[in-house]
Amino acid sequence: METISILPPELIRMVIAVIIIISFLFLNAIMMGYAERKIAGHVQRRPGPMEVGSHGILQMIVDGVKLVGKELLIPFNVDRTLFRVAPLLSFTPVILPLLVIPFSEKLQARDLNLGLIFIVTMGSVNVMALLVGGWGSNNKYSMFGAMRAVAQSIAYEIPILLSLLAVVLMCNTFSLKEIVAAQQNIWFVFLQPVAFLIYVVAGLAETNRNPFDLPEAESELTAGFHTEYSGMGFSLFFIGEYTNMFIVASVATVLFLGGWHGPHLPYGEYLGVVWFFLKVYLLLFLMIMVRWTYPRVRFDQLLNFAWKYLVPFSLVNLLITAVLVKL
Amino acid sequence: MLESEYQEQNRFFLNMGPQHPSTHGVLLIVLEMEGEYVLDPQPVLGFIHRMHEKMGESRPCQGFMPNTARMDYVCALPYNHGYVSLIERKAGIEVPKRAEYIRVITSELNRVASHLLWLGAYLLDLGAFTPILYGFDDREHILDILERITGSRLTYCYYRFGGVYKDVDDKFIEATRAFIKRMRKRYVIYEKLVTKNIIFIKRAENIGIVSPDMALRYGMTGPNLRGSGIAYDVRKNEPYSVYPEFDFEIPVGEQGDCLDRYMVRVQEIEQSLRIIEQALDRLPDGPVRSKVKKNIKLTPGDCNFAVEAARGELSYYLVGDGTSTPYRLKVRVPSYSNLSCLPELGRGILLPDLVSILGSFDLVIPEMDR
Repeated sequence: METISILPPELIRMVIAVIIIISFLFLNAIMMGYAERKIAGHVQRRPGPMEVGSHGILQMIVDGVKLVGKELLIPFNVDRTLFRVAPLLSFTPVILPLLVIPFSEKLQARDLNLGLIFIVTMGSVNVMALLVGGWGSNNKYSMFGAMRAVAQSIAYEIPILLSLLAVVLMCNTFSLKEIVAAQQNIWFVFLQPVAFLIYVVAGLAETNRNPFDLPEAESELTAGFHTEYSGMGFSLFFIGEYTNMFIVASVATVLFLGGWHGPHLPYGEYLGVVWFFLKVYLLLFLMIMVRWTYPRVRFDQLLNFAWKYLVPFSLVNLLITAVLVKL
Repeated sequence: MLESEYQEQNRFFLNMGPQHPSTHGVLLIVLEMEGEYVLDPQPVLGFIHRMHEKMGESRPCQGFMPNTARMDYVCALPYNHGYVSLIERKAGIEVPKRAEYIRVITSELNRVASHLLWLGAYLLDLGAFTPILYGFDDREHILDILERITGSRLTYCYYRFGGVYKDVDDKFIEATRAFIKRMRKRYVIYEKLVTKNIIFIKRAENIGIVSPDMALRYGMTGPNLRGSGIAYDVRKNEPYSVYPEFDFEIPVGEQGDCLDRYMVRVQEIEQSLRIIEQALDRLPDGPVRSKVKKNIKLTPGDCNFAVEAARGELSYYLVGDGTSTPYRLKVRVPSYSNLSCLPELGRGILLPDLVSILGSFDLVIPEMDR
C-alpha cells in the first residue's frame, strides 16, 4: 500500500504545489471571466468590455477588487453558520483535484493510484456547497436552486462515472499519469468516442453551465442558490464554477485527449504542459460557445435526458468495452 | 396522518415578482406550489397604475396625446393612431391621404420593432442570451429611422389630429427600404439560431395550449388569439385608415401553443414589411396635415375606435359632453385580457413552463395598469 509522506522534503513540495495551484485558480477565474465576456460580446456582435485597460483586459481585476471591497452582507433570519460556510465549501473541494492532475510528465503534485476516484469524489462534495448555500439562505428561490443542483448532480454523476470507467477498463488503472502514458500512440477519444461525448455533455451539466444551468436559472429562480450572496461570497461561488469547468476540461483532456501528448517539444517532460493547456482551453472555449447559443432545458427534460439516454448509452458502451478488452 | 393533511403540508406560496426577471415589469404573480409544480397562479396588478384614463378626462383632448405613448412604450405609435383616429371620428376631421400612409408606415415599423423586442425577451426567458442582442441590433435601425422623423425613440407623440406632425423626406424612405432589405437577410440568422434550435422547440412546443374556445372566452386578441387558429385582425376585420388598400395576410397558428404564438409573430414581421413596402411604393403627394380648429368640440354622445396594436386589439371609447374635455375615456388594452387566462392555463404546470407561457404572451405591464 502506498503511504503518503508528510516529512519535510515532501511537505515543502506539497505546500509549494498548493500555493501555485491556488494562485493559478484565481488567475484562471480572471482569464475565464474575461474570455467569457469577450467571446459573449463577439457572439452577440458587440465588442464586450473595452474601457479598463487595452480592450478591457483589466476589467476582471477591477471587478475582483470591487467584489473584495464589498460588505459581507448577511440577510435577516438566515442560518449564519451555513450561510458563511457554503462559499468556502464550494471553493475548497475544487482545489484538491488539481493536485492529482498531471499537467505534464513531470508536473504533477501527487500521483495517487486512485486519482480518478479522488477527482470524482471531490466533484460530489462541491454539490454539498450548493445545497448548504441554498438551504442556509432562507429563500425559496435559493432552496429551489439547491434542490435542483442535488437532483441534477445525482443524475449526471452516474453517466460521468460510467464513461470514465470505460477508459479505466482499457488501461487498467485509476492513476491519471498512467492513463495519459497509455495514450502515447492513440488518444482514447478515437477509441471511445461515445464515452467522450457522454462525458462532455454530462460534464456541462455537472458544472451547472448553460444549457444545464438550472440551479441558477435566472429567468425562473432570479439567481438560484446564490440569490442572497454578494461580494466575496458570490465571487467564491463564481471562482468555484470556473475552476470546476477547468477540472472537467482537464479530466476530459487527461482521459480522452492524450493529456500532455502532442508534437515534440524540447524539454517535453515539462513543456508538455503547453499541449495540455491548449487542449483544456479549447474545450473551455467550446463550453462558452454552447452557453451563448442555446436556451436552457426544462428540469424534467434534463433528468429524462440523463436517465433515458446518457445512462443506458454509457452502460452499453461500458459493456462493449469490457467485452472487447476481454477478447 | 391523513392524505389531505400531508398534501397541505407540502404546499407553499411563492411570490413571483414584482421584482422578478421574467415578469417583464412590476407584475406580481402569487403562485401556490407543490414542489416545482404550480397549482394556482394568481396575477396581482396595480403596481404601476398612473390613472391615465382619469388624466384623459381632466384636460382638453389634445393634452392626452403624450399619455397614449406611455401606456405601451414598446409599441407606442398604434396607441397614438387609435387616439387621434378616435378624436377625428368624433369631431369629423378629414385626414389627408399622405398622412394616412405615413401613419401606416410608421405604425408597422413600430410593430416590427415590438415583435423583435419580444422575440429577444422571450428567448431570454427561456435562458438564451444571444437573440435579444440580435433583436436589439435590428430594432436599433427602426428606432433610428423613427427618431429622425418623430423626434423621440420610444414614447412617440408623432400623430396629430388631422395628420402627422412632420412630413417624411427621401432619406426616411431610403432608410426604410434599406431596413426592409436588411431585415429579410436576417431571417436566416433567426431561423438558424432560434426557430430550428432543438432545445427551443422542446421548450415551446405543446406548452401552454390555448384552445380557440378558451381564447374567445377570455377575450384574447392579437398574435395570442391568432396563434390559436382564429384569423381575427382589426386591420382586416374592421379596417381603419388605409389598410384595405394593401395586400397582406394574417398568419395563424394551429393548436395555440407557445411555438404557434412565436411563429405567428415571426410571420407578422414579414407581413408588416410587405405593408411598408407597398405603402412606400404608392406614397401619394400632398399635405400631411389638414387645418384643424385649436378648440376641438367633442359632441355629446359616445364613440369608439379600435386599432391593431402589436399585442392585439386596442380600443378607445369616449363619451363627449360638448366641451373639448372628454366626459369619459376608456382604453381597452390587449395585454390585460391576454393575461387573464393565466390562472386557468397555469394550473398544474411546471415553473419553467409558466415562465415560458408568460413570455409567449408578450405582456407589457404599464399597459395593463395604465
